Amino acid sequence: MSLQINANMKRRYAAEKRFKACAVAALALAGAFLLFFFSDMIAKGLPALQQAEILVDVHYSDTSMKSYRKAVDKPFREIVSRGWLRTLPLYMEDHPELMGTTQARWVIADVDVDQYLKGKAHRLKEKYQLQIDQLQSEGRVKLAFNTGFFTNGDSKMPELAGIKSAVVGSVYVLLLTIVFALPVGVMTALYLEEFAPDNRLTQTIEVNINNLAAIPSILFGLLGLAIFINFFGAPRSSALAGGLTLALMTLPIIIITTRASLQSVPDSIREAAFGLGASRWQTVWHHVLPLAMPGILTGSIIGLAQAMGETAPLLIIGMMAYVPDAPGSILEAATVLPAQIYTWAGESIRAYEERTAAAILVLLTVLLSLNGLAVYLRKQFERRW
Amino acid sequence: MNVADLSFYFFAGLLPLSVMAWMLGRNKVTGATTSERWNSRPGHYGWYSVIWLAAPALAVALLAGLLHLTGLYPVSGTVFLPVAFMAAAAGCWQGLRLIRPSLRAMYAIEKVIRGLLITAAFTSILTTIGIVIAIIFEAVQFFGIVSFWDFITGTQWSPDAASGENVHGMFGSIPIFAGTFMITLIAMMVAVPIGLLSAIFIAEYATENFRNIAKPALEILAGIPTVVYGFFAAITVSPLVVKFADSVGLHADYTNALAPGLVMGIMIIPFISSLSDDVIRAVPQSMREGSLALGTTMSETIRQILLPAALPGIVAAFLLAISRALGETMIVVMAAGLRPNLTWNPLEGMTTVTVRIVDALTGDQAFDSPETLSAFGLGLVLLVITLILNVISIYVIRRFRQSYE
Repeated sequence: MSLQINANMKRRYAAEKRFKACAVAALALAGAFLLFFFSDMIAKGLPALQQAEILVDVHYSDTSMKSYRKAVDKPFREIVSRGWLRTLPLYMEDHPELMGTTQARWVIADVDVDQYLKGKAHRLKEKYQLQIDQLQSEGRVKLAFNTGFFTNGDSKMPELAGIKSAVVGSVYVLLLTIVFALPVGVMTALYLEEFAPDNRLTQTIEVNINNLAAIPSILFGLLGLAIFINFFGAPRSSALAGGLTLALMTLPIIIITTRASLQSVPDSIREAAFGLGASRWQTVWHHVLPLAMPGILTGSIIGLAQAMGETAPLLIIGMMAYVPDAPGSILEAATVLPAQIYTWAGESIRAYEERTAAAILVLLTVLLSLNGLAVYLRKQFERRW
Repeated sequence: MNVADLSFYFFAGLLPLSVMAWMLGRNKVTGATTSERWNSRPGHYGWYSVIWLAAPALAVALLAGLLHLTGLYPVSGTVFLPVAFMAAAAGCWQGLRLIRPSLRAMYAIEKVIRGLLITAAFTSILTTIGIVIAIIFEAVQFFGIVSFWDFITGTQWSPDAASGENVHGMFGSIPIFAGTFMITLIAMMVAVPIGLLSAIFIAEYATENFRNIAKPALEILAGIPTVVYGFFAAITVSPLVVKFADSVGLHADYTNALAPGLVMGIMIIPFISSLSDDVIRAVPQSMREGSLALGTTMSETIRQILLPAALPGIVAAFLLAISRALGETMIVVMAAGLRPNLTWNPLEGMTTVTVRIVDALTGDQAFDSPETLSAFGLGLVLLVITLILNVISIYVIRRFRQSYE
């Protein structure tokens, strides 16, 4: 009998161990994926922070003004970036004092040279490979920090493509999102939490907000296209249309988090204010709102981070347009960082891959810092009553 | 002057005027010689006159906007600005005239504030109505061209071949929904076991310190933008799947359904784990202790007591996760194919509802072409499914809360 119980116990303990091992394994799997994902992105993206440059003699002359390819000597014409050469005439117009001189300059190399130096797939001819090896032994080729990636707009030449116009577009769109969503969101939450009677209408609004939070983001894109662009005539691809669309998408997040932080302010605060003769709005404005502020701030930052990474609705309203220069106003065609990632990911030239990954690293860094900031603020200002 | 400049001048003019009105209103109280007691604080009278200044100006702006949009009367800037500011001045004058000790300025302000808050609350309703109307309006046009029956029972989706009147049988959505459900199924097969077991570990086995690290770490997965997941699925996971399939002698397309499904599953893990964690922890401690006191092991308590008790909440989490997976766009746009394909083989390329919506609306078609309109037809179905799933999960969770809280 006791033997049987012992055997039974053994079996049960074994089952316990198996179950716990499964749970640990599941968590470990998620963790392993996180690790794999980040190391993969870093490995793919870091090379893009460097860019091959070649030391060549650049001739500033009328001949090169007319035909820019002649600005460098013949053997270099195929290994120097064509896109860079194309900008030379403009550069010479801006610097007339250089005309007639020849200067040795570090110049951005062609994309295939860059990929060859980084040991990636490339289409560089044998002859140029030898030339690069030769130049490298003379110290005339180097991998330098890729400042162009942060200061250039998008380009059809991978070696010149940068994220600046996308970053500026993202900033515009997010500013508009805050301007529209934050006041309306906080006001809605204030109404529902502090003013509204508990009636049918209030319940309808509440159910609505919950539903709104669950609607797939792409449908907000359909809304933006049909209402903002086709009906109200906002320019297609503009930051205005994008900001409005994302604002509607962020609204439920801000409302829900604001309500939660308003709820966490104890009623004794309100009752004390009422007891001293304060009106409802005075109570809210002077007491409840300041106490709920950290929670509102955290929620807004999280909502903003989500809006910042959103792509699908912006594709629908045309924000994946090719935008080489940073937009000057909210009505001009703009693109945002996630949309830039999407367009680069679809490019057939392989060299865009590392730039895509690098743009992803930039985006992830910003998003993680925003989320970290939100967590820090919550820890710093959270009050337990 | 364009609209942007005009609104800039309008608000730039309104701001200093408001400050002025505030000061005028307040000074009328502080500078008053009457011995009567004022009903409200001086600042209230300041705000009172600001409201009287701003309301007519905003009303004029609204009217001008409406006239402009409907095209009844093109409002030019040289007319609009003077009229708006004159209305503001008249309003302010009237407001200042009304200020007297017996005026209950505070109550008036509170009423206006309340009105503003209600207006804000209605934007959420307006947004929902806007989405529904925008989608239904276009979807109705689509179903005017393509019969609804053909749409839900057809097995061929080839909008490129549809031109002019020849639309019959070209918009059969079954292969698209089949692809959507296949990818969702793969995602759920990844997310449910990992998410649920992680939640169980975090809720029941982990120490407080471990929990404080593991939970935010899992949340990172939800914070990664979907476009990044899409790139990862297309560039890293898809070739891995192809290589793996090759090594076991199978053929896999580069746009196979498995890669986006797997990556989407990983994206959804935190949705399931954090909601399940919440509901498991919400099961009363007494049930846990009662079971353990009878001599059960931890896993027996979890499987036989806690999970059944938390089941409604967990089901709600699944439903929300499914609706998230159905509506997910970027991962499938970047990693799944464009080709509608009715198959059970996840190694083949297939397409989803969201992919076809993006494809139809980012092309060069005219806005009223059947292909563009088909996006709204698909969007309508997606919206309806999502809302149904959401309503069920809200209902289930409410029942769960009622039984334990």
